[in-house]
Amino acid sequence: MSGRLHTIVALVENRPGVLNKIASKWRQRGFNIESLTVGHSEIPGLSRMTFTVDGQAHDIEQVTKQLFKVIEVVKISDVTEQETVARELALIKIATTKETRSAVIEVVDIFRAKIVDVAADSVVVEATGTEDKVDAIIAMLTPFGLKELVRTGRVAMTRGAVQTVGAPSRNGQERHYKSAGEGKPKVGSLI
Amino acid sequence: MTKMKGSEIIMECLRKEGVEYIFGYPGGANLPMYDELHKYPDIKHILARHEQGAAHAGDAYARVSGKAGVVWATSGPGATNLVTGIANAWMDSVPLVCITGQVVSWLLGRDGFQEADITGITIPIVKQNWLVLDVEDIAPTIAEAFHVATTGRPGPVLVDIPRDVQQQLCEFEYPDNVELAGYQPTVQGHPQQVKKAAKLIAESERPLILAGHGVVISRAADELKELAEKADIPVITTLLGIGGFPGSHELYQGMPGMHGMYWNNIGIQEADLLIAIGMRFDDRVTGSLKDFAPKAKIIHIDIDPAEIGKNVPAMIPIVGDVKAVLQQLIPHVVPARHDDWKHWFREMRQKHPSIAIPDTDKVLPQYVIKKIYELSGPDAYYATGVGQHQMWAAQYFWGDNPYSFVTSGGLGTMGFEVPAAIGVQIARPNDTVWSFCGDGGFQMTMEELALCTEYELPIKFAIINNHFLGMVRQWQDKFYAGNLSSVRMFQPDFVKIAEAMGITGIRVTDKSMVESSIEAALRHPGAVLIDFHVEHVEDCYPMMPPGVSLSDTIDQPPVKNLLEAIR
Repeated sequence: MSGRLHTIVALVENRPGVLNKIASKWRQRGFNIESLTVGHSEIPGLSRMTFTVDGQAHDIEQVTKQLFKVIEVVKISDVTEQETVARELALIKIATTKETRSAVIEVVDIFRAKIVDVAADSVVVEATGTEDKVDAIIAMLTPFGLKELVRTGRVAMTRGAVQTVGAPSRNGQERHYKSAGEGKPKVGSLI
Repeated sequence: MTKMKGSEIIMECLRKEGVEYIFGYPGGANLPMYDELHKYPDIKHILARHEQGAAHAGDAYARVSGKAGVVWATSGPGATNLVTGIANAWMDSVPLVCITGQVVSWLLGRDGFQEADITGITIPIVKQNWLVLDVEDIAPTIAEAFHVATTGRPGPVLVDIPRDVQQQLCEFEYPDNVELAGYQPTVQGHPQQVKKAAKLIAESERPLILAGHGVVISRAADELKELAEKADIPVITTLLGIGGFPGSHELYQGMPGMHGMYWNNIGIQEADLLIAIGMRFDDRVTGSLKDFAPKAKIIHIDIDPAEIGKNVPAMIPIVGDVKAVLQQLIPHVVPARHDDWKHWFREMRQKHPSIAIPDTDKVLPQYVIKKIYELSGPDAYYATGVGQHQMWAAQYFWGDNPYSFVTSGGLGTMGFEVPAAIGVQIARPNDTVWSFCGDGGFQMTMEELALCTEYELPIKFAIINNHFLGMVRQWQDKFYAGNLSSVRMFQPDFVKIAEAMGITGIRVTDKSMVESSIEAALRHPGAVLIDFHVEHVEDCYPMMPPGVSLSDTIDQPPVKNLLEAIR
């Protein structure tokens, strides 16, 4: 799938099977989901999903429209072209020795990351930021001995007053699907 | 309020929804539901012989009656046997409410006897499904199921209920209305878009209406006729749109596509405006997309926003219910005449008589089908299977009775014809119902014939028997160098099968018997099966080879002497 990484944000009912239904729509068309996060939203009973998918804008739009048909999907929006804040969290376990520990701490400080656990022969680093930043700190720490790594995948929210995917409207009039390419691409400060 | 068992609540829900028929099959996990049936004499249960038959019968019943079809099956194999039927309803947007029994809730996920994860299995082929784990949820879930199945773009839904939940007790309360935050279909078209569409229609010189299943589903045949007449626009109906416009109307041009009328395929390429109404530009209609309708602007009316721009980009998309949108559109449409354009169609039809039947003593399948249409009167209903006979049935249907042509379009399910005819006859007990059967498809679901005797259904079955899987044979002939592989089959004696099932069987081997046998079948008060031994090798034309442009449609078969050797 050659294209670019799209960030899609959905507000979905928190019910069994929803994730399965959504994943199924991507699978049917042969997409690989690069990352996926799910958690509670500001509205009780509704969860917010952020997923990133690689592909052509037209194909992504087609699947997004199909996803909107999933009954539990209340809102869905491709925010790739919108001004967003996007973050990822990583926990990185790095091997340390008496000699390397201070060098590791130095890297962690530069990236404004945190050491959240220390053992005799390792530390756990918590890093938050854009994927680029997380990639960079991992690259810097790996030479010390990367023991374990977990990344959350991207979570995203549009900036300012625009609601990423707002609360469901009662009359249905506000429900609309935002296609990729609507709105102007803007580069925001991402760190 | 007294408490009821879950199974009784299911029946009360069906009564509230005005359900008259259940198509089903009992088993261990839905026994409590079957235990309630006798208390509800107004709800009749039709016992299929295979769950797929129940699903297809419910599907066809829904198409003709305009109500949701209700289908019951037990857990495990009962539920998985529904899958083809559900997929068929999904592809053709048919409201089907399937209620399956499931193993008791404490065995879920433990591979209990007859357990199948049917909600997991059916995800890609239902509008919505539910696993109900609390008796309190049964009534709201069934209300939601009917709401989702029958509104918006209709489709199948499935409610899976473990046996113990069917036996639990709670008070019955049926919700008055269902509100779903994530499901609010658009009914009315956007007024600005409607006006723009009317303007585009007024500006066009060669407009063409492509009417699909949406016209039939939203019962909009009258509105379509009004629009076409007001603006004087020729009308083409897709396979599933057949019946949505009167066949005898001077504006009607028949079906386009892979086996559509030659003049329609060329007409689409020549049109300057396509008004696509409740259709989805299926590949069997469009041929090669990049060459499709090069001169035309496109107005696309559909209730499903995901269909807009899916295959063909529309200049003016209108999302909404076909009937509602047409009612909005008609007042804005300027009365017009398109005599030149209609003349173009008349000329093309004279030059390319796509469906003329050769004069021969052989029993041609087209001839049989045409005779059935001629002799059955204007009010008959027809169900078809899939393949050559289906395409001929579509090509020669030029009747005026709306919603009377029932066929498996999107999924192309062989074997649909027998149970579908049963569903149609149940929905239309006083009308003549024909089942056009392929000799292959018939053998897939012929077990359902027994229902004709059990429920006194006077269906007329016409097996268009060419001793081949005809359409596959045609493709092997055309595209696989005539390498006929697994398309000839041993056939049972269909007349004896009919008799064994308690219905009358007739075998027709000679052209002189065709009319008299059809007349005899129509006179007979009960079910009749006619086994028409037709010409073995007869190709279905016109034909647009897969993947090519509509412009490359082949109108008539090339002169050939192929396959004489194998007869």
